[in-house]
Amino acid sequence: MPRGYAGKYLDVDLTRNRLEDITFDEEILKIYLGGRGLATKILWDRLGEQWQKVDPLGPENIFTALTGPLTAIHTGARTCISGKSPLSNGVIGSTLSGEFASEIKCAGYDGVIVTGRASSPVYILVTDKGGEIRDASKVWGKNGEETIKAINAEVREELRKRMPDIGAWREPALIYTGPAGENKIRNAAVMQKIAHAAGYGGYGAVMGSKNLKAIAVKGRGPMPDVVDPEAVKRLLALDARPRPGSMRRWGTGFGGYSTGAGSSSEPVRNWQEEWHDEKQFGGPMFEARYWVKRYWSDFNCTTSCMKISCIKEGPYKGDITDCPDYELQAYCGPNFGVFDPGENIHLSSLIDNLGFSGINTANTMAFAAELYQRGILAKEDLGFELKWGDADAFTKLAYLIANRQRIGDVLAEGTYRAALKIGQMKGVDVTPYAVQVKGVEIGAHGIRSGRDSTPISYALSVQAGDHTSTSSDGFREMGTIFSDSAVFCNFTGDRTIQWDFLKAVTGWDITSEKWSTVNGPTVFQTQRALLLLGGPDLFWSPKDDDNPPRFYEPLPTGPYKGKAPDRKQFEEMKRNYYKNVGWDDNGIPTSETLKKLGLDDVDKVLNKLRK
Amino acid sequence: MFGREGAPGEQPYWIFKDQIKCTGCRRCEIACSLHHEGWIWPEASRIRVFMLFPGVEVPHTCSQCEDYPCVKSCPVSALSVDSKTSAVIVDREKCISCSLCIKACPGEVPFLHPKDNKATICNLCNGDPECVKTCQEAGYGVLNLVRERPSSARRLYSRKPEDVSKDLAINLFGEKGKEVV
Repeated sequence: MPRGYAGKYLDVDLTRNRLEDITFDEEILKIYLGGRGLATKILWDRLGEQWQKVDPLGPENIFTALTGPLTAIHTGARTCISGKSPLSNGVIGSTLSGEFASEIKCAGYDGVIVTGRASSPVYILVTDKGGEIRDASKVWGKNGEETIKAINAEVREELRKRMPDIGAWREPALIYTGPAGENKIRNAAVMQKIAHAAGYGGYGAVMGSKNLKAIAVKGRGPMPDVVDPEAVKRLLALDARPRPGSMRRWGTGFGGYSTGAGSSSEPVRNWQEEWHDEKQFGGPMFEARYWVKRYWSDFNCTTSCMKISCIKEGPYKGDITDCPDYELQAYCGPNFGVFDPGENIHLSSLIDNLGFSGINTANTMAFAAELYQRGILAKEDLGFELKWGDADAFTKLAYLIANRQRIGDVLAEGTYRAALKIGQMKGVDVTPYAVQVKGVEIGAHGIRSGRDSTPISYALSVQAGDHTSTSSDGFREMGTIFSDSAVFCNFTGDRTIQWDFLKAVTGWDITSEKWSTVNGPTVFQTQRALLLLGGPDLFWSPKDDDNPPRFYEPLPTGPYKGKAPDRKQFEEMKRNYYKNVGWDDNGIPTSETLKKLGLDDVDKVLNKLRK
Repeated sequence: MFGREGAPGEQPYWIFKDQIKCTGCRRCEIACSLHHEGWIWPEASRIRVFMLFPGVEVPHTCSQCEDYPCVKSCPVSALSVDSKTSAVIVDREKCISCSLCIKACPGEVPFLHPKDNKATICNLCNGDPECVKTCQEAGYGVLNLVRERPSSARRLYSRKPEDVSKDLAINLFGEKGKEVV
């Protein structure tokens, strides 16, 4: 294995109760690196030919938690979660911060690959001695906080028993899912540290479908060797300079006000508006009353965009979450018609604790509230009134979905699938109120004002509605694929030295140009192919390369009132993009594009989509 | 608040930890292990951040107890006190990995090194600790090098990470703090 890698991956088959250490050839790693890139390669190789028949929630799906060569050595340690997405039916690389990334490397592994389905709830424990499957029946059903507490205690006790003389054992790092994942809510997240989520993709549901509650890891070894340690130390020092300024001061915690008031691109009442000017929803109101820790970071980060909030009195006493960050401030705030910081913290904390992806499930919840507003859903469907701004009603709704009760069982399928089903139930087309692209509810950055995202940001993305991986010019996309594959946080560090960093760690001479024309596109085109193959329940066509209908309705309020993308202009942008990235008129990567990248096997499989 | 006081000198120095401000970035572990091990090695770092519950980060290292129970406990005299810095110095050749120093320590601070199983304790980097430098450079100011003064800033016994966590959890989360650790 090349330098920068711990040297092996833990390959677990839960059906057969089998664990194996595997490796990948240097030639593979040199193209795909790790994380999102390598996950795409693994999924293609193992499932590509029968992709359309693979049920994302069946035992045949593959769950991956992978690092990359820069993970935890570069500032901002993250892990990339992937698999066949139960939302898009394609592949989404979904990263989350936390010490899972450094611990797994120090345990001698670069990642974990899980297939099959355990016969009863389990968790996987990874240590320097290898992987093992352990009983999780005691933590099944537990929320995030309870799960962390229970598994931390159990693993520390177990490790102390095994090696009683070495001194105090630290806690393991833990990725886990909550009740939402166990109940296979399509938008369940893979969680870490209470409030960190790999949300996009719905991989918490994939964990649940495998009866896998968590992966705990404790490594006692050093980080992997690198080619040029002195250069790495220099770059690390450069990269780790503190970054004062607004990211450290506020994180994204001022966004709940400013994205609405400033750029008119915040979801307000299910995107019926994108502007608000509710000044009590600004950063200082969160800070003054609720922030108990002003700077919170993960391994090797000097940005500290995270903060910790806690509610200490009143009906939501004891709720803990992060800032919340902008996405949940917006999605569990104005999106619900909620403009009270305390209620927003409560709802964000609840959603994380239940193991939902806060962006995506909160989108579904507001979709339901709009249907209630329009009289399409009634009190009988829900068991309670669902009015904008009623935090208690949204609390009830979160439990209804997590437990798949009443209409919650339908909403558990995500916004788009729920829209199709409710349309059948009620005999009325409700897809115009579903703000999603290809099954993935879009991030809290609207396109209509033109001040935030663009008309093609989501419509053409290989990760659909994912705001962390949007489309632009067919070139900038590759930068995101790099950080998701080398696996580090893109909110920290100096992106201009990343290629030097990669070289100092691995010895590989991958330039920005080479990445953007060879490596990046190899991942990108394979992801596009798998997204188009899709299935088994839904398949996408070129007409799905579009924005949700709502985004063509003119903004009704605010300084950008009346603005919306022009359809004709969008169609032209779409045609240009197809041409730019080497897709045919139907958005299918051309044979020439694929063969140039050596993806002849992908080309062959795509023949079944070509007319 | 304190930063790094004066130059390393005659009086005992110690690392004052503003624990509740710890962000959990573990840059101290990186700096420590780069200095002592030549590479990033969190579990070999002489300062380790415990996080028994997210948000409750406890930077854990030697606080040079006045009466040095670890030094007294060593059956082979592998531990001694540096006369200049007051740090505990481990003679790795002499250490027999008996763990008695770990048991003697009121905070369970020493640990056996993952590579050679020898007792491992902070040596204050000979008076200019790398962990303090990096924490100060990062602008967090959790780790501070302070001089002992008779009327304030007295060195106290280390405490177990579990006990510190319980206190911090209540300080941070109020009553809820009792449930989480």
